[in-house]
Amino acid sequence: MSVALADRLDDATRDESSLRRFLDGLPGVDQVGLEQRAAGLATRSIKQDAKRWAIDTAISMVDLTTLEGADTRGAVRSLCAKAVRPDPQRPDTPSVAAVCVYPDLAATAVEALTGTDVAVASVATAFPSGRSNRAVKLADTALAVESGAAEVDMVIDRGAFLEGRYGDVYDEIVAVKQACGAAHLKVILETGELATYDNVRKASWLALLAGGDVIKTSTGKVSPAATLPVTHVMLQAVRDYYEATGEPRGVKAAGGIRTTKDAIRYLVAVNEVAGEQWLTPSLFRFGASSLLNDLLLQRRAKQDGHYSGANYLPE
Amino acid sequence: MAKSERVSVAKTYKLYIGGKFPRSESGRSYPVTSESGAFLANASQASRKDLRDAVVAARSAFGGWSGATAYNRGQVLYRVAEVMEGRREQFIAEVRDAENVRPRTAESLVDTAIDRWVWYAGWTDKLAAVLGGTNPVAGPYFSFTVPEPTGVVGVLAPQRSSLLGLVSVLAPVLATGCTAVVVSSAARPLPAITLSEVLATSDIPGGVVNLLTGHAAELGSWLASHADVNALDLTGADAEHRTELARSAADTVKRVLRAPEDEPDWTSSPGIGRMRAYLEDKTVWHPMGV
Repeated sequence: MSVALADRLDDATRDESSLRRFLDGLPGVDQVGLEQRAAGLATRSIKQDAKRWAIDTAISMVDLTTLEGADTRGAVRSLCAKAVRPDPQRPDTPSVAAVCVYPDLAATAVEALTGTDVAVASVATAFPSGRSNRAVKLADTALAVESGAAEVDMVIDRGAFLEGRYGDVYDEIVAVKQACGAAHLKVILETGELATYDNVRKASWLALLAGGDVIKTSTGKVSPAATLPVTHVMLQAVRDYYEATGEPRGVKAAGGIRTTKDAIRYLVAVNEVAGEQWLTPSLFRFGASSLLNDLLLQRRAKQDGHYSGANYLPE
Repeated sequence: MAKSERVSVAKTYKLYIGGKFPRSESGRSYPVTSESGAFLANASQASRKDLRDAVVAARSAFGGWSGATAYNRGQVLYRVAEVMEGRREQFIAEVRDAENVRPRTAESLVDTAIDRWVWYAGWTDKLAAVLGGTNPVAGPYFSFTVPEPTGVVGVLAPQRSSLLGLVSVLAPVLATGCTAVVVSSAARPLPAITLSEVLATSDIPGGVVNLLTGHAAELGSWLASHADVNALDLTGADAEHRTELARSAADTVKRVLRAPEDEPDWTSSPGIGRMRAYLEDKTVWHPMGV
């Protein structure tokens, strides 16, 4: 299958009609089977050492996010401090993967994180709705990149996608990728607005073909945000893309993941659907804010032998 | 065709956490029997993870409950007593079966329990006046002290007195504005379960009371060591475990309510000691004349 797929991939990006042919030719998603598989994997029990490992791995995959209208530079700086040392009383706690902010605050985050292993990610392209013209979106991207963001989280034009203007969506991702330069590009599909799993599969392939380094479920501003079945579909796309081209691409599940239990379910899905090699912060991320504290509480509970409380952690 | 005898519906009760009635995460349950050994119902056997969930629920409910006005808390607690009154017959039957007492005695125990609840409901807006006040100080300051609820209270409910004892340890927690995680009597949990149904259908916000059926010996140590629990009532703990639990609670500087060796006579006047145990004094010095 993979050889045939590789041929079709070359063909898919030739022009708009071949792209449409490729996307419309993708096999449909078996909704019942998918949801059952996702629910089945979610019942798997992870205990003891495996759980310890999963908690630390999950912490190292978190994109600690603040995307509020009320964000201040001070709030971003304290978030950065937390990203570097999530639990100051336990220095063996791993740092998170990145801090995710709005583009005008990226410079503040870069300043606070220089010299650390934590990357700065910035949303761009008229986040979260993506409702603006190409020039504004590219300027938004440029602001993020010039401020020093190493990762850019763009949103696709869901309106265009739902109208079937795949070519426009594709071109926009290509243009933003170009504007990113060396920065990593994460493409937000906003699966909550795509209505069907078939659309999620199409959008995933579209983003991968256009050069997105990571495909991301949601902005976190729309409900439902990340769900296990949707993440399954995206992980399948990334796995198939890797089999066809040999290029590993990442997945980021964002929004609605608040507990350690949820996070571990995602890690199980990553392992089972994409494979063990995706269990690394460069290929799988959690976009979250409240998840981190729950991971830290569980980590403390494992170490101390008793349950901890939020009063013992920085906010 | 002969008319068959009706088979009564055997109940399997669930836990009460965060205003909902979930099954135990562990899936365990145990049969509850009367003193004479007759089967009464199945009760969920809570695990430490249920306890953890209950503490999370109690913590998130604390802000709202402690922030409500004392008058409002009093009204809500009165409403609970009203709903208890409506379930009076059920409580009497359950107390009779659980404690193996004569119907007359059961009736008087239930009535005392409802009256006790009303008594505590009346205390909500009087505590600040009785336990707080202005302090005479030698300086240009206005100094006053107000009692404030300490937080999440873990309660190991009495093992013998299934309703009056439970009400006597739970109501003072609520009257002060604290939220509660209660482990009911293991052998006599049915009146407690009915009380949780009363709470769920009155105006008490979800999470303010979380009621777990199960064994104090299994859950007590997790409750005592939990860093997000602020006070611990040891009434229902085994006598030989109490010191150990108190020591474990001291690691996180909990307020520990030591229990007498044997269960007290719950029908006697309670006094305000239990409420005082769950209150912190906040003293404010305000400059005057500047």
